Amino acid sequence: MTEKTRTTYRDAVRSALREALSGDDRVFLMGEDVGRYGGAYACSHGLLAEFGEKRIRDTPLSESAFVGAGIGAALGGMRPIVEIMTVNFSLLALDQIVNNAATLRHMSGGQFSVPIVVRVATGGGRQLGAQHSHSLENWYAHIPGIKVLTPGTVTDARWMLGEALKDPDPVFIFEHALLYPVEDDIEEDRTAFDPWKAKVRRSGRDVSLITYGGSLHKCLNAAAELSADGIEAEVVDLRSLRPLDTGSILGSVSRTHRAVVVDEGWRTGSIAAEVMAQIMEGAFDELDVPVRRVCSEEVPMPYAKHLEDAALPQPEKIVAAVKEMF
Amino acid sequence: MAEFRMPSLGADMTAGTLIGWMKGVGERVSRGDIIAEVDTDKGVIEVEVFTDGVIDKLLIEPGSKVPVGTVLAIIDEESPTDEDKQSSNSQGTSAVSEPTRLPRERAVSTGRRLASPAARKLAESLGIDLTKIEGTGPKGRIQLGDVQSAAKILNATSSEAVARIDSKTDRSARMRAAIASAMTRSKREIPHYYLHTTIDLTRALEWLDAENTGRAIKDRILYNVLLIKAVAIALRDVPELNGSWEDGRLNINESVNIGVAISVRQGGLAAPALFEADKKSLGQLMLELRDLVERTRASALRSSELSEPTITVTSLGDQNVETVFGVIYPPQVALVGFGKIIERPMIVDGTVQPRQLINATLSADHRASDGHRGGSFLSAIVRVLQEPEKL
Repeated sequence: MTEKTRTTYRDAVRSALREALSGDDRVFLMGEDVGRYGGAYACSHGLLAEFGEKRIRDTPLSESAFVGAGIGAALGGMRPIVEIMTVNFSLLALDQIVNNAATLRHMSGGQFSVPIVVRVATGGGRQLGAQHSHSLENWYAHIPGIKVLTPGTVTDARWMLGEALKDPDPVFIFEHALLYPVEDDIEEDRTAFDPWKAKVRRSGRDVSLITYGGSLHKCLNAAAELSADGIEAEVVDLRSLRPLDTGSILGSVSRTHRAVVVDEGWRTGSIAAEVMAQIMEGAFDELDVPVRRVCSEEVPMPYAKHLEDAALPQPEKIVAAVKEMF
Repeated sequence: MAEFRMPSLGADMTAGTLIGWMKGVGERVSRGDIIAEVDTDKGVIEVEVFTDGVIDKLLIEPGSKVPVGTVLAIIDEESPTDEDKQSSNSQGTSAVSEPTRLPRERAVSTGRRLASPAARKLAESLGIDLTKIEGTGPKGRIQLGDVQSAAKILNATSSEAVARIDSKTDRSARMRAAIASAMTRSKREIPHYYLHTTIDLTRALEWLDAENTGRAIKDRILYNVLLIKAVAIALRDVPELNGSWEDGRLNINESVNIGVAISVRQGGLAAPALFEADKKSLGQLMLELRDLVERTRASALRSSELSEPTITVTSLGDQNVETVFGVIYPPQVALVGFGKIIERPMIVDGTVQPRQLINATLSADHRASDGHRGGSFLSAIVRVLQEPEKL
């Protein structure tokens, strides 16, 4: 099967939601402005009319309350999909997420599971200032008991939600807000679709660019530029931050002997730092130069366009980091 | 200034003893001249120079044994001859010599050789001593590429194997060790595949008989030369068998230089090259083969003959061997083996006829080629040998 459908990332998310809602009566969508407004990023536009108020539920501006309600519904046998407008706001619900969702299977001795899916918009680059632009998905990837997916392509946006709903435990899906208008082909064949494995998006022999989500396209652009200079970069899309597909990371580094990890989170304590640690533990003997990372500058995200651009990882920074390795 | 270094004369050579200089300081040399004689496991080799210029310094005394890659002499490529000097002086200009390159400054010594983990791993697996390599990375760090180029010079021979051989050991023991090292590397690194076919040589031998009747006895062509030429021509169809596998990739060679396995009377063998065998006449190849056999047995081969073969042909027909399953000589990617010519019944055009048959075997490196292409190559040899007049 090589059938392909061209669509935007946003429409792919909406198709995934529609499929989930049609296929299982236990599924419902809940969050701020998901109903009448159609979602802050229009992912649920039209779904209220299609599925009604019981299944597309607008909530008060209280992340702790509606994430908590979602956890309760999941415990009660439902399959809630909770949307949080930005990852910065999700911090209000951290107690529900860390102390309840992530722990109840353990604390009940395996009697309860919490099959909730939480969709969260993340990332900067849209001039929304320091309270709406951060990339905190690595905080969630730190927590045992939940899983973290980061669709970086339209195909992943289309199919990851369905796989997340099959999981008996809490799954977080981080959607980089810059990706919503991106248009691409969906690979319709999902028989081999596995959201928990990293994917090589571009093969190359000289250096591995390891990344996910919103930084994937920056890495692909950097790889194209490097190729013009005779450096063939392999781009590895992590896709799942927890569990992390360490085997694929080590495999790529073993082929190229050089790695740059690109992550929009702040450098200190980033996912990039974790990937680097995995490489040191598992592929030390394969390294020909120290591993590098390109992360966000350690400042609250600036509002001014030129400063925001300067604070974020960019293809030029990736190219420069790679060139310093040769 | 060009550096003339101890050459590697095969996958198994790590060091050589300088027997003597054939040129002196101030003498002009040009590409291809014999500059020195070097004693190796394969005998005394006449070493050619690859640059044009004037010998500026001879750095190594005859009798010294030095590792492959050691600078033996400095050749001034720019230096004008005396005549040139006079003429240039008369024009009021003087030759400006290139500033001597200073050796790269060593990083502050911490007592530990800086080397990347990948470089250390590769050096260890190849038995290369890191202290003998110069690093080109930051702070003089030895990186993968540095080890790879050192390995190229050393041709990745296990230094351990060589170290065990005392320099006083006689030549045949050293040759044995060299063969052991190359063959071990071959079977360790090269995923061989083998293809075998039987070739009807009846027509070719009849043609050769007729051809030889017109020739003086000393000019008569042996059937081995037909086989070598046929292999050389067949390689045009399947060039990926003609070359080397180095640094994880195939380098296809444009010249077809057939290494001919020649046994040495005291034991052991060498496989020096018949250069551009596809372009030479049978008569020429016969002359060169005879010369090569004589010089191999007299230990008088040239360096390029040992370092530049692109494929090996071995024939054990005079030993009653019917089929040869050969081991590839690294870094080459293929070897063709021929057995003995045997007269056997064969069905031709519906009748049983006595035919002269020979078994040909291809041993090839599966990293560099696949069985399908190997099969095309054997088919091409069969085809070429059915039209001997075109050789």
